Amino acid sequence: MADNSAQNYWKANIKIVLSLLSAWFFISFGCGILFVDALDNIRFGGFKLGFWIAQQGSIFVFVGLIFAYIHLMDKLDDKFKLESSNASDTETGGDSE
Amino acid sequence: MSVQVWTYAFVILTFGLYIGIAIWSRASSTKEFYVAGGNVPPLANGMATAADWMSAASFISMAGLIAFLGRDGAFYLMGWTGGYVLLALLLAPYLRKFGKFTVPDFIGDRYYSRTARLIAVFCAIVISFVYVCGQMQGAGIVFSRFLEVDITIGVIIGMGIVFFYAVMGGMKGITYTQVAQYCVLIFAFMVPAIFISILMTGQFIPQIGFGSELLDGSGFLLDRLDGLSQELGFPTYTDGHRSTQDVFFITAALMFGTAGLPHVIIRFFTVPNVRDARKSAGYALVFIAILYTTAPAVSAFAKTNLINTVNNIEYTAVPEWFTKWETTNLIVFDDKNGDGRIQYVGDPEINELQVNRDIMVLANPEIAGLPNWVVALVAAGALAAALSTAAGLLLVISTSVAHDFLKRSFMPGITEKQELRYARISIFVAVLVAGYFGINPPAYVAQVVAFAFGLAAASFFPAIVMGIFYKRMNREGAIAGMLAGFGFTAMYIIYFRFINPAADNAENWWFGISPEGIGSLGTMANLAVAYTVAKFTPAPPLEVQKIVEDIRLPSET
Repeated sequence: MADNSAQNYWKANIKIVLSLLSAWFFISFGCGILFVDALDNIRFGGFKLGFWIAQQGSIFVFVGLIFAYIHLMDKLDDKFKLESSNASDTETGGDSE
Repeated sequence: MSVQVWTYAFVILTFGLYIGIAIWSRASSTKEFYVAGGNVPPLANGMATAADWMSAASFISMAGLIAFLGRDGAFYLMGWTGGYVLLALLLAPYLRKFGKFTVPDFIGDRYYSRTARLIAVFCAIVISFVYVCGQMQGAGIVFSRFLEVDITIGVIIGMGIVFFYAVMGGMKGITYTQVAQYCVLIFAFMVPAIFISILMTGQFIPQIGFGSELLDGSGFLLDRLDGLSQELGFPTYTDGHRSTQDVFFITAALMFGTAGLPHVIIRFFTVPNVRDARKSAGYALVFIAILYTTAPAVSAFAKTNLINTVNNIEYTAVPEWFTKWETTNLIVFDDKNGDGRIQYVGDPEINELQVNRDIMVLANPEIAGLPNWVVALVAAGALAAALSTAAGLLLVISTSVAHDFLKRSFMPGITEKQELRYARISIFVAVLVAGYFGINPPAYVAQVVAFAFGLAAASFFPAIVMGIFYKRMNREGAIAGMLAGFGFTAMYIIYFRFINPAADNAENWWFGISPEGIGSLGTMANLAVAYTVAKFTPAPPLEVQKIVEDIRLPSET
């Protein structure tokens, strides 16, 4: 049981990391480098969008991604702690492995 | 009060502060010396990490680099911040859970091998030395230009200060001085930026001023800068001029390198637990982002200002700062057509003005005509940036020698007291060597920095990530991978930078990747070789697999 919840925890962790890293790749390498010329055709205020993402926007997104990670992982940790303490409470002998 | 007096006042004040903190935070055990006792609050660790990371190059050179690169300068901005996402998501929490003192500790234990540990020690020392020489040189330049002392004396003063608090306080002293240094450097960077933003656009926040209209009615700042650039034959500021794949690979190399730099990684060993490690990575990036989002605005302000101030004016009518910086050779005027006016244009045949990129930060407050105390702040800020990074790097060198090389590899019998003494002796030697190179800088310091990033990207980053995420990765794979990544990257850079610099252009580069970006191919080479070798060699022992399972789970310690 404990092993099971550890595996679930790790899988959920990987899912969080992968989805945040896709956003990381999309904003920096995608919008900031690969599609930057196309995005430069869009303007807001005194900025061309591609230029702004490359020099400013991506950094704000990076900060947001780390805080999203902190939040999601704290929640996942709490859930895991609850599960593993429940598991050890209900397991009275038997197949605890 | 004159700029000189203000500068002395700020520098003496801040140095006094650092020394005071050092005395207050003396280290008495190896745990305090290596990881500050492991109880640094995440907010403080975030600030310390930011100061650790932002070096003389970030403070003095980056805005200037961007001013001359235009949009392509984004690879520095994204590379040096995006790496923190990798660090936070892939490394920091797990390494904290692992709970040892150094990066070679992790490599050596995870890959159950003294060879792997020694390779890691070698990489950590090479990377840190390359870096620390640049910091000492930066400190020397600031001393000689702002305080007008001899560059040798400047470096010796800087060495003395770092030596004092690093040797006394170890990581504990370094951490709390770095917190103070962060406050000094960010204040010194932001105040001139805010002043200039208000002067030029009326906007209080430089990041907003960056996209605003100029107060002189000539339209948006960036449009005006593009216009001026075109008029004078410079490349358009907001367009890209390097090939997309080169920008892509340089950004990747800087990101992987950032995540693999040992002096940044060890900062996450100093917080109480895994949650705090994640949190402090977030704080660190916030503190870094304040400077990194301001820097490109400073670049645009400074470039526009510079062009407006100096182009096509009578040489006899130049402002005072111009002649002052001319004496340092950071600005060189050569009246080619003999008309007594300064022509600052893109065509190298006609252009009469050579501007060093460091001017964009160092002289920016003077160019904008800001008050003397603001001009003087820059020196204190640049010194804080250089010294904080130097201290972090020296600590890596010292722990690598005393802990990984002696205690864990060759002299396991030494007592804690002896280990601590060796750690202090190795900082002392490292300071002396770094100081020597600060006074006699090798001609290729700037190039060698690319080397440090490439090496960190190609050696540590993949080895650590696979150690955490790929349980089957074994000793043979990791060693082969590190050697392949390190060797490939080193050879590519050495070939193009030292053996055959004439061939250093896009036509000869592999896939159009410049030596700055080759670390990302090195990372991939490391991954590929490690994976292949691990496939054909035995799985790691069960107790090592147990370590991997353990670092993946959260816990309270």
